[in-house]
Amino acid sequence: MSITTLYAPGSAAGSAGADKAFALLARLCGLFVLVLLGAIILMLFIGGLPAFRHFGLSFLVSTDWDPVQMIYGAAVPVFGTVTTGVLALLVAVPLAFGVAYTLAELAPAWLRQPVGVAIELLAAVPSIIYGMWGFFVIVPIMGQTVEPWLTDHLGDAPVIGALFQGAPFGTGILTAALVLAVMIIPFVAATMRDVFATVPPMLKESAYGLGCTSWEVMRSITLPYTRSSVVGGIMLGLGRALGETMAVTFVIGNTNRLPSNLFGAGNTIASLVALEFPESQAGSLAMSSLLALGFILFVISFVVLAISRLMLRPRARTSPGLKRAIP
Amino acid sequence: MSATAIATFERRDLALSQRLGRRRRIASRAVTALCWAATALALLLLASILTTLVVRGAAGLSLHMLTTSTRAPGSNGGLLNAIVGSLIQTAIGTALGTPIGLMVGTYLAEYARGSALGNAVRFVSDILLSAPSILIGLFVYKLIVEPMGGFSGIAGGIALSIIVVPIVVRTTEDMLRLIPDTLREASIALGAPKWRTIVLICYRAALDGIMTGVLLAVARVAGETAPLLFTSLGNLTWSVGLTHPMASLPVTIYQYAGSAFDDWVQLGWTGALLITAGVLATNIVARLVIRRG
Repeated sequence: MSITTLYAPGSAAGSAGADKAFALLARLCGLFVLVLLGAIILMLFIGGLPAFRHFGLSFLVSTDWDPVQMIYGAAVPVFGTVTTGVLALLVAVPLAFGVAYTLAELAPAWLRQPVGVAIELLAAVPSIIYGMWGFFVIVPIMGQTVEPWLTDHLGDAPVIGALFQGAPFGTGILTAALVLAVMIIPFVAATMRDVFATVPPMLKESAYGLGCTSWEVMRSITLPYTRSSVVGGIMLGLGRALGETMAVTFVIGNTNRLPSNLFGAGNTIASLVALEFPESQAGSLAMSSLLALGFILFVISFVVLAISRLMLRPRARTSPGLKRAIP
Repeated sequence: MSATAIATFERRDLALSQRLGRRRRIASRAVTALCWAATALALLLLASILTTLVVRGAAGLSLHMLTTSTRAPGSNGGLLNAIVGSLIQTAIGTALGTPIGLMVGTYLAEYARGSALGNAVRFVSDILLSAPSILIGLFVYKLIVEPMGGFSGIAGGIALSIIVVPIVVRTTEDMLRLIPDTLREASIALGAPKWRTIVLICYRAALDGIMTGVLLAVARVAGETAPLLFTSLGNLTWSVGLTHPMASLPVTIYQYAGSAFDDWVQLGWTGALLITAGVLATNIVARLVIRRG
């Protein structure tokens, strides 16, 4: 590239105009993103307004989803969304921590890259594939082996025993949560691995110098140092799990009833919307109720994702030289 | 205190610390073993998914499947319209989403460093990055499908473009930030206006990274099902009209895998194998691009 391509002599005035136009275009695109989010919230709200108007607050607490009598309520799918999301986290977080710790500290250098890529590929597999795999591979294992075993060993336990007593169909809340867990492990693990790498080596080396074992360094130096970002990464995983559609639809059983145990069939906001949408007429109360559910899901995921971003921000975003002014 | 007493004391102390040290070492080794087991489990799950796809999907791989459209059960159909529909909608999504994402990333990295508006845009873009894709589908349904009076391929493409934007924003901003300011200063010292500096210097230096972002976005949206259910709907006959319902691989897989017909289920698995192979290959190519840079 010659200097003249950069400088374009004789066109200083036009260049200033072009400069302004380019800056304006960039700014407008930035504003477009804000408008986009606003438009999504607004559209879902407007779409759901007839349902909110018609049912009022009872929409949130009603457990009905009855197209014949035209009574719709959000309680069951909201319960299913939150339960599967939280259960998925309970399973995924320890495993993701293990993967992240291995990739960040334990694995020899030559192994880190291939294993890291494999974990990232796990994150790239389309969600519908997880659904099919869950339905054809995980559901039979759950129904024939895992659920009967859980009933035998935990079914009589005090308090939690009732959670593990149910017909072992294979599909249900627990299976959905496990498939979701597999899906979010790579996301949480990748975030954790990246934040573990931000710990200054000096801190860790000092601890090793005092005779700490590698687990003690992780527990007493790395984790406290990265606590907020680790929680942010976990919330990011939760945000993913809450809105997942295809994988859940295949394995949750799709019943609009509050399940009495972990093996029971249920639904989530996303799976209910995906399944009921084809049955709902444009402009009908049913369609409006689906959009209202979408609005509720958006609010839930927005809150979770916003917390996640705020917790991930502080250390990730500040690097030296960032604020240097550019003319 | 006699010398022997001190010696006994030290010996006991030593034994105590050795026992403590052993316990700490055992704890550390136990955690290490558990972490390796977790990693092995994650790899095993990936292997299980891939082998399931190959074992069930490979049987249906044939030229016939690639050159025939979907047909009624039992009449030897293929996946051609679904594959073409997926390519068209992914292309529309990428073509619409990439320029916008590129400009937003440019705005964040070159114009809005530390500004309140820039922080807001970055925050919102990051939220859109992880927002449930089914909601993007509902949004485009309300925005385009209802007013237009019907499902259409273009609506599917637009839904995918909304998913492309935040992915391209993130990689573009990250990559532009990696470029040393000295490069920019050198260009400005030569008299280049800022926009030329960005286009001719920064984009060029960050090209590999930006390409990676675009490829990752393509891989992501090519496998999306939920947003297409409400926008392009799916179509069991050959149709490439952008204003008509359009088939796509993920939606066809969804319809076929849950059906009661053996040949449809087989095609569903073959489609699943195709889409996963395509998505993972694109991912690997994207990583190779960035490693070259």
